[in-house]
Amino acid sequence: MEHCYYHLIYGDKLLSVPIRVDPWLTNSMMKTFLFVLLLAATPAWAGDSIAPKLDIGKGGQCVEDPKLMRKTHMDILRHQRDETMRLGIRDPRHSLAGCIDCHASTKNNSVLGGSENFCQGCHVYAGVKIDCFECHSSKRKTVAEATK
Amino acid sequence: MSAENPERRAFLGKASALAAGLAIAPGVLLFGFAHGRPAGEAASGKVRWGMLVDTNQCGNGCNDCVTACNKENGLSGGTKATDSQWIRKVELKNMKGGRNLSLPVMCQHCEHPPCVDVCPTGASFRRADGIVLVDKHRCIGCRYCMMACPYKARSFVHEPLADQKPDVPRGKGTVESCTLCVHRVDRGEQPACVEACAKAGRGAILFGDLNDPESEISKRIRTVASAQIRADLMLNPGIRYEGI
Repeated sequence: MEHCYYHLIYGDKLLSVPIRVDPWLTNSMMKTFLFVLLLAATPAWAGDSIAPKLDIGKGGQCVEDPKLMRKTHMDILRHQRDETMRLGIRDPRHSLAGCIDCHASTKNNSVLGGSENFCQGCHVYAGVKIDCFECHSSKRKTVAEATK
Repeated sequence: MSAENPERRAFLGKASALAAGLAIAPGVLLFGFAHGRPAGEAASGKVRWGMLVDTNQCGNGCNDCVTACNKENGLSGGTKATDSQWIRKVELKNMKGGRNLSLPVMCQHCEHPPCVDVCPTGASFRRADGIVLVDKHRCIGCRYCMMACPYKARSFVHEPLADQKPDVPRGKGTVESCTLCVHRVDRGEQPACVEACAKAGRGAILFGDLNDPESEISKRIRTVASAQIRADLMLNPGIRYEGI
């Protein structure tokens, strides 16, 4: 038996996977297996023709790399949420209100409403429920303040 | 109009240069004029926010603080048992002397808050600067804190809500109470009730840092008699009252 490493590219990360190669597993079998693994590991975004067409609102330069945001925005938001709530650190860069301010639709000033809206569009596509807006306002702050 | 005054011009020029020097960037000042913290800084334990309510100035029938609170925080303004009320106006009458007393009662922002002691999830907590809050991300709606609070300060949200204020997230199934307008305080502003009371010409509520001996509230507490409600419970509330 021998050890070898196969390199997988998952999103923008390089994974080195140690594999124990049994004598009965031929090289061609291994290659087929890894190809299937690679297909499964490819993010849904890559070259997907049915990916949601989103209205990104004002858009412009995001506070982080968009690729990173797609994968980790929930962690960034959760981290910021605890910092703001418990410690009172109000960093406008990673605040939910900041996201909404840039990404609320130019049509209804909200990140919710339809399949084009920034949060709802992608979350419906991914089949992930968003809890944020049961309590938080989904509207751009300036507009929400004006329509008091 | 009048002839130009060179001295005045020179003074204005210097004054505007000074003002420009204080501002590092638009909206960012070298130091906060009204205790406003920089965005990335945590609330400090050196500060303790509190209020002093002068019941001699507080008017019978005046409800401006309650109205302002409702507007600022997006409350319905209803007074049913199931409606959220963050401030209540309490009217008292001394049956012997006949003196009428009116005072706003809200979360007293205790130093030793019973609501925090009983919370099973850590949702009810006291921030470093003395503001007692509910972390609704952790609140499971058990309402132990409502039972524990001797001031009846907390409310439970029974119905689904819509169109919450961007600065004041509120949701069904969680407990809430006066936040001392924490979003305004963090910006260096006064709570909405304090502003409304001053606007109504009463100025009955004084807001400030109890830990700063030079703050207006500390100076006043040193010079006039004031009391905490249910001081016998030894909770050391941050809200004090004059004339009760």
